[in-house]
Amino acid sequence: MALTLEQVRHVATLARLALTPEEEQRFTTQLSAVLDAVAQLQSLDVEAVEPTSHATLAASLLREDVMKPSLPPEKSLANAPAKSGTSFAVPKIIE
Amino acid sequence: MQLTDLTMLELAAKLAERAVSSEEATRACLERIRQVDSKVRAFLRVDEEGALAAARASDARRKAGSPASALDGVPLGLKDIFLTEGVETTAGSRILEGFVPPYDATVVRLLKDAGLPLVGKLNMDEFAMGSSNESSAYFPSHNPWDLARTPGGSSGGSAAAVAAREVFGALGTDTGGSIRQPAAFTNTVGLKPTYGRVSRYGVIAYASSLDQPGPMARTVADTAALLQLIARHDPQDSTSAAVETPDYQADLEAGVRGLKLGVPREYFIEGIDPEVEASIRETLREYERLGATLVDVSLPHTKYALATYYLLASSEASSNLARYDGIRYGQRAKDARGLKELYALTRERGFGPEVKRRIMLGTYALSAGYYDAYYLRAQKVRTLIREDFTKAFQQVDAVLSPTSPVPAFKLGEKVDDPLSMYLMDVFTLPCNLAGLPGLAVPCGFTKAGLPVGLQILGRPFDEARLLRIARAFEREHDFFRRPAPL
Amino acid sequence: MPVSDFQPVIGLEVHAQLLTQSKIFCGCSTAFGAEPNRNTCPVCLGMPGVLPVLNQRVVEFAVRTGLALECTVKKTSVWSRKNYFYPDLPKGYQITQYDLPICEYGRLVIDTPQGEKVIRVRRIHMEEDAGKNVHDAGGGQSLVDLNRAGVPLLEIVSEPDLRDADEAVEYLKTLRDVLMYLGVNDGNLEEGSFRCDANVSVMPKGSSTYGQRCELKNLNSFRFLKQAVEYEISRQVDVIESGGKVSQETRLWDVNKGVTRSMRSKEEAHDYRYFPEPDLPPLHVSDEAIDAAAKALPELPRAKLTRFMSQYGLPAYDARILTAERPLADFFEACAAHYADGKKLSNWFLGELMRLLKEEGTPLSALAFTPAQLAELLGAVDKGTVSSNAGKDVLGEMFRTGKAPSDIIAEKGLAQVSDTGAIEAVVDDILAKNAGEVEKYRAGKKQVFGFFVGQVMKAMKGKGNPALVNDLLKKKLGD
Ligand SMILES: [Zn+2]
Repeated sequence: MALTLEQVRHVATLARLALTPEEEQRFTTQLSAVLDAVAQLQSLDVEAVEPTSHATLAASLLREDVMKPSLPPEKSLANAPAKSGTSFAVPKIIE
Repeated sequence: MQLTDLTMLELAAKLAERAVSSEEATRACLERIRQVDSKVRAFLRVDEEGALAAARASDARRKAGSPASALDGVPLGLKDIFLTEGVETTAGSRILEGFVPPYDATVVRLLKDAGLPLVGKLNMDEFAMGSSNESSAYFPSHNPWDLARTPGGSSGGSAAAVAAREVFGALGTDTGGSIRQPAAFTNTVGLKPTYGRVSRYGVIAYASSLDQPGPMARTVADTAALLQLIARHDPQDSTSAAVETPDYQADLEAGVRGLKLGVPREYFIEGIDPEVEASIRETLREYERLGATLVDVSLPHTKYALATYYLLASSEASSNLARYDGIRYGQRAKDARGLKELYALTRERGFGPEVKRRIMLGTYALSAGYYDAYYLRAQKVRTLIREDFTKAFQQVDAVLSPTSPVPAFKLGEKVDDPLSMYLMDVFTLPCNLAGLPGLAVPCGFTKAGLPVGLQILGRPFDEARLLRIARAFEREHDFFRRPAPL
Repeated sequence: MPVSDFQPVIGLEVHAQLLTQSKIFCGCSTAFGAEPNRNTCPVCLGMPGVLPVLNQRVVEFAVRTGLALECTVKKTSVWSRKNYFYPDLPKGYQITQYDLPICEYGRLVIDTPQGEKVIRVRRIHMEEDAGKNVHDAGGGQSLVDLNRAGVPLLEIVSEPDLRDADEAVEYLKTLRDVLMYLGVNDGNLEEGSFRCDANVSVMPKGSSTYGQRCELKNLNSFRFLKQAVEYEISRQVDVIESGGKVSQETRLWDVNKGVTRSMRSKEEAHDYRYFPEPDLPPLHVSDEAIDAAAKALPELPRAKLTRFMSQYGLPAYDARILTAERPLADFFEACAAHYADGKKLSNWFLGELMRLLKEEGTPLSALAFTPAQLAELLGAVDKGTVSSNAGKDVLGEMFRTGKAPSDIIAEKGLAQVSDTGAIEAVVDDILAKNAGEVEKYRAGKKQVFGFFVGQVMKAMKGKGNPALVNDLLKKKLGD
């Protein structure tokens, strides 16, 4: 299945990737090829098959409602590229 | 013979006799790294100070007669996907450059509690997406058996470091073959445990329903010993299995007499390297000589595994990697004007081409109008692939196959051809889709001297039997004694 | 067509913070008002490598709420990821429930001027809250505080069964009462622990096809809900009347301007790319757990109201006030156990007690006196030991000091004189001193009677038993 350049741009917007024009072209070609390859799945009859979303035997694990110590803010923010007081800082959000 | 030539268990025995100290063993590793790592380039960073401090603490415990575990004092390496408190962790990505975690992964804590000095962080494909280590944002690692070739991926740095005897063992992670394929390329043993056997807490996620950490070492017994330390139920991982951990050494030498070993016809396909096929066939005959029965089995949906894997893994990855936005940690595009640019430029610059490719594919597969055709359909085919194995394991105790269709390929050979690169994983990824344990064990060399690895797949939580089958072959050959030509 | 020719159609989506100690997927505190990012850990910061582990109390609360709203509680429900980018969403996705929520198909009965009305509840699901962005922090920056990220929420979605703003308000109030009764939510709209979005559309009366709907946000009081819905209804009617089309969008209630306005940032096509959360296995709730929750379910406001009316013989007005909040209802019942006349008791509750509670700002849980003591006071009033007016003073004293009513009556000398002989002596004395007035009375000027009562009571410092005073006066005056 061939992807259009428009579709690639839309997906890049959803994924928050500022692709270069060269990347847009390359991904259009490469992703089209990948989609061609995965198209073989369309030939299988999976109508009556249940999907597998978890490969685990684990039952729902629940924890008690007990408070545990949080990180001190200086540790929470130690890796922050920008901060103000004990808040993370980002460019002004415009609603 | 150098100290670093010992296996983990040989070193552990000497530590127990106090014939060698952990500090000596750790210094030997550090020295070996200084000698060979400029060629192998397995390490992203070495934590000399931390490793030596842990080694000295281990020596104090040994002196006091209270070792923390059987492997107390054995130096180990970690794939850079495991979070280490206070030690930079990047998953081979630019976007996490400089990220210093505030906590240890569960397995890291288990290893520290067991007294193992952690020598450093090992190179990997960026966010574990790759089969050659070439998608690392920093540099590719090299195969100690031929420096022009890849050590495989994504745990290539781990495999290379173990094969080059820079560390006694390492931890890797396996999402579609990332432990087993590098092990097969480097004459080492790699085990991908059953999904849920080893905690994923603190392991940077690629594809959450497929990822599984596991041990990499030079021998089967070392692999068993390392698995023993990390196979634990973890209350911080909801997908962790509350299953008892058996003694993985107990039946290691029990042999294969009477076992039924399945040979899946779909794994001997066109395009498989003739030397690899010959080596695997010879290995199968040897298992017969050792008393096992070979059984022809069919895993009919194998040919759909690759497409299924790439859709599911990329979809999960597109969501798992959304947190890398330059707000709370990691690199940020500081010149971004406004919030939108902050996201888009940070991620554009922080991720490499393979990661972007998979984020794009996954975002597309989950998007409105395509979910049913791609993601949901792939989940259903995943069910068919699991059922293939369930049926096969009604007939046989384990399934044997090549680990990779080819031996280690040249660096740069496939880097511009994603589809042919993806084909490298065709034998390893069904195991992840089915959540099963899989093990790669050295089974010979090509004429050019490149290692070949046998893959052994088993029933859920049947790691002990896989180790026992691998050991039966290893005992006959001791390929692990052969050093890489560095 | 005028507004009256249109039928508004309204559905509410309520987000209720659950009253747990810790967050839904980590052990951080849910407390409100801490310093930014004080209540955060690797899990709720969305650090690399972290995994969620579900707080079992969240499941208990969801099941309890589902049962109270007569939902089907699903034995298996599934967690999903809702993917979008926003600074207050640390992982880039919200863990929520999507196609398989824990509860479905419930109902809530509300009161309308036309009588009771059933509002259907489409679904209830659990999810994690986002953090908080401080949009304009100066210096061209916004700030991100993740204390609230990971606080457990229940989302309760009604069917579009509400037909005007008053019904919407009544539904929201009734739902809030239920959640507070269940002890799962504190009902605080101002602090945002009980939030509401409204989906509003209009269609011509008699039509069965809903119009295009708008989602209204920022409705953090009952008043704003009413105003915003009313504004939006007339706005949509205006759009249609002037030949336009209502476009589906998210609109924000502007408190200052009293209008709803389009949120441009939300207008971009959203594609949340929901898929099953691989880090959490499907949630199983056993039959036993559901049964146990059903047995432990408290009596709900509506049932309690009906019972109060029949059991205590109360009018609906009294019962509604007494059952509005569970602590007051419980206290009333504790008092009623010691005192038989429900209506009299209710009068004291609705009058004096509620006035005191309000004036003194005392919470019911901190009351100084016991139900038995209140009953004792009412008994004393009934017996005439103390006058009804003096009784109010006694209650005030009990409220402040917690002393027994009998002690207060004795200390303050508030006991009524019911000794016939003592009263008779005073009556005789007053009549003797006011012979002229007695004449007038006997001549037919009956209104002088009040003057005699006043004189007697004054002489007795207000402690004469009014009934006896009346009786004796009448007897002596020859009536
Ligand atoms: Zn937390």
